[in-house]
Amino acid sequence: MSVQITSPQFKANARAALADAPLQQALSKVGLSFIGRRSAAAAKLPEFEALRDSARDIKNHTLAHLDLYLERYEQQVIAAGGHVHFAVDAAEARDIVTRICREAGARTVTKGKTMIAEEIGLNDHLEAAGIQPVETDLGEYLIQIRGEAPSHIIAPAIHLNKEQVEEDFRRVHAHLAPERNLSEPTSLLAEARGELRAKFLAADVGITGANFLVAETGTSIIVTNEGNGDLTQTLPKTHIVLASLEKLVPTLEDVSQLLRVLARSATGQDMSVYTTFSTGPRRAGDVDGPQAYHVVILDNGRSGMLAGAFREMLRCIRCGACMNHCPVYQAVGGHAYGWVYPGPMGAVLTPALIGIEKGANLPNASTFCGRCEAVCPVRIPLPKLMRHWREKEFERHLTPAPQRYGLAFWAFFARRGWLYRPATRLAMWGLSRLGKAKGRFAALPLAGGWTKYRDFPTPQGDTFQAQWQARRRAQAQGQTQRGGNR
Amino acid sequence: MTSSRDIVFASVRRALGATGQEAPRRQEVADRIAGHPRGIIPARADLPPAQKIDLFKDMVRAADATLDHLASVADVPLAIATYLRERNLPPTILRGADPRLAALPWASAPNLDVWIGPSDGRQLAGLSHAFAGIAESGTVVMLSGPDNPSTLNLLPDHHLVVVEAADVAGDYETVWTRIRAAYGPGVLPRTVNWITGPSRSADIEQTLLLGAHGPRSLHVLLVGAAL
Amino acid sequence: MTASPHTRPVSVGLFATCLVDTLRPSVGFAAAQLIEEAGCEVSVPRQTCCGQPAFNSGDRVTTRALAEQMIAAFETFDYVVVPSGSCAGMIKTHYPELFVGEPDWMPRIARFCDKVYELVSFLVDVRGMTRVSAAYDGTVTYHDSCSGLRELGIKAQPRTLLASVEGLELAEMADSDVCCGFGGTFCVKYPDVSNAIVEKKAANIIASHADTLLAGDLGCLMNMAGKLQRMGRDIKVRHVAEVLAGQGGDPAIGEPARADTALKQTAGTQGAQA
Repeated sequence: MSVQITSPQFKANARAALADAPLQQALSKVGLSFIGRRSAAAAKLPEFEALRDSARDIKNHTLAHLDLYLERYEQQVIAAGGHVHFAVDAAEARDIVTRICREAGARTVTKGKTMIAEEIGLNDHLEAAGIQPVETDLGEYLIQIRGEAPSHIIAPAIHLNKEQVEEDFRRVHAHLAPERNLSEPTSLLAEARGELRAKFLAADVGITGANFLVAETGTSIIVTNEGNGDLTQTLPKTHIVLASLEKLVPTLEDVSQLLRVLARSATGQDMSVYTTFSTGPRRAGDVDGPQAYHVVILDNGRSGMLAGAFREMLRCIRCGACMNHCPVYQAVGGHAYGWVYPGPMGAVLTPALIGIEKGANLPNASTFCGRCEAVCPVRIPLPKLMRHWREKEFERHLTPAPQRYGLAFWAFFARRGWLYRPATRLAMWGLSRLGKAKGRFAALPLAGGWTKYRDFPTPQGDTFQAQWQARRRAQAQGQTQRGGNR
Repeated sequence: MTSSRDIVFASVRRALGATGQEAPRRQEVADRIAGHPRGIIPARADLPPAQKIDLFKDMVRAADATLDHLASVADVPLAIATYLRERNLPPTILRGADPRLAALPWASAPNLDVWIGPSDGRQLAGLSHAFAGIAESGTVVMLSGPDNPSTLNLLPDHHLVVVEAADVAGDYETVWTRIRAAYGPGVLPRTVNWITGPSRSADIEQTLLLGAHGPRSLHVLLVGAAL
Repeated sequence: MTASPHTRPVSVGLFATCLVDTLRPSVGFAAAQLIEEAGCEVSVPRQTCCGQPAFNSGDRVTTRALAEQMIAAFETFDYVVVPSGSCAGMIKTHYPELFVGEPDWMPRIARFCDKVYELVSFLVDVRGMTRVSAAYDGTVTYHDSCSGLRELGIKAQPRTLLASVEGLELAEMADSDVCCGFGGTFCVKYPDVSNAIVEKKAANIIASHADTLLAGDLGCLMNMAGKLQRMGRDIKVRHVAEVLAGQGGDPAIGEPARADTALKQTAGTQGAQA
């Protein structure tokens, strides 16, 4: 899908999502499936928390030596007969991929699930160049035929129900018998398998992402459950890996640590079905496998993130646990975030990649409940990083005016206790008189955001500080009087 | 002209405040690659051989694969014939040229039609020999090569895998050590497939279904006793 | 637990929080009573806000000023106790971030933060309290507010003390550890999303069949109470300290004050003016 950025319209997107009944029904299942399975998988492995520490440390070490691991990785890919291409930005990555496809004489390319391809808007670009991209991950295929973007990084079609899928299949697979039964997920899956099998075998180029790149061996790794990524990279003559800088890890042992937390955090499996390590093109004597192997390594703003607080975000291994556990994501789904990466990880990454001007809503649309950080397999302090974006927004005077003035008004008093105390006493006195009879307000000036959906309690009366002092004074007086009587 | 490669490296180094020439940094990286330290290894797979095999069997089945434990490699052809017959599949199987598979007593299953080569997607059943099994997750490890085409792991509806009990390791790290011993440091075969159960998808309404694009069934033929 | 006669009593500075100070002083009095029952001497120094709204809005300058003000007011006490996991978490886990790289401040901040506790965790973890002498006739469900739960590890402590309240029955709701959608300024910046989250929370509260909802943070409580009341649900919503201090008979959040309590407050006000 094209990279239409609608993040500035987050509020409108969210309202639309909340009113979308099929979407709400689909989202209601996120909690039941992902959250329960993750916690069960974590509970079964006593070393899980220690592995999270290990995963964090490996990523930190790699990022601190990223230039050197990149060098080593590149050497090893070349030694294995592959090619490495560096792309500064999305446009360059698109051009590199298109050029390789053209040189391979490609008419169709199959694609495994790659978020980088979404980030750079690859499909539109390939189509414009006369090359037909075919998404092969079932979820990606479902959204490709609808012309939509993914709404989740590991479950791209999580927003759809089976009736919508049936409708799309009847429309797109018009050559199949119209009376066929597509009422169940099993029949839908069987049809997709049949349709895509032919595409796998016919494709000239296969494009996959990479969950990890291993510097030790020059290996790219994909993790899937369907096996589509393996078919994508094994059958065509050319395999292109799309990866970003931060996918590097030093060694096979290191990646084994990360793999132990990835599937458990993502789907609650001990290990995904297919974890595939690819190193270069087919070797002498091999009877299958691609004849050419290219890796495109994308920067697109990530090297800049290395310099400051956002480096921690580059530890992300794209498991999706943060969004599965996020109350905001669960309420509005992934499309509301308005770009490729939704949920808490998107709220941190998106402003870094598209700019805080466009992405400002995302780090603000969080309750800071902290559940994302609590489940992150590489312990990214996501709320802290979202707060960093709010700081940058505030420093650059991008915070919306009502919020800014409201905050300034409140801060003026909060910083002057001698004004704050009488002012709050007066305000509470007034409010408590006004709302005494009912005990709460159904509407309040300047609090429409609150009272649109909830009542606001009437203050009990005088402030705690004033009442406390009064009591203490009364007690002291009482003691003095008692003392005087003695 | 400055290449994109140079721009990316310069940008990374600027952000890290490094030149790439610092001897201690280079040494640290070289040491890590050469030493490839193991991290946290789950204790659950650190078992005596017999229990390790039991764990492997349990985990294979937990991943929705099926498993036959055979006393000897000589039992493999008959076990394949039985597997196919029980599922009403034609008695035909495609295998790689692996000498370990070639050496099986195929005559013991005279009705079984055995083909050799990579899969083009038309075969219902494929047979591979695993390099190793991994007990901690019930994973089989397949290495690509002239004798073990990767397509056999992916295209047939039924993937049958011979795993020798002696090759079952507790954890992933043990297998990397063995692969390094076989291929040399820093070298991997073109493809290493870790396979844990049959293909599946939950992309439609999060309903987990087996048999997405890869094999609908994974059947492990575990051979022999633990050493 | 209690100090020996030779030592001076343990001094506690009670930071009521701005919400309790302005909207629900009864929580402050309940907290003070519980701290006294735990054998400490309570003081309420002049106070405003811990700075959390500024911190979460990205305004570091204001946050820093309020943090300094807070420290100046409270650092002489043995402990600083806060009837809110969110404000206690703000101080204990986030104040140090405001002074990073300032050697003059950092040891002072570390000493200060060590003394700061959320009320219930102070009672249980610091003072070793295992029971209270209070009664409550009702079935309660307890919401684990996010900051208290995830920043300070408060989960078992309130349940321990609630189990000792005579007549009280605890009915756990589903997802008690999931956010209620309050999120400070979030609930007014993104009212629609906040509402969707609190609707789910309200459904879980209702499904627990409890007649009372308790939690340790007034912001969350007001959010949930306001939603339940807007839905026309007759579920009483209270700060956990009120029930632990035996004040469970007073009007709940959003309920009209009865004549006698109104009188009591007026008397207090007149006292202050006298």
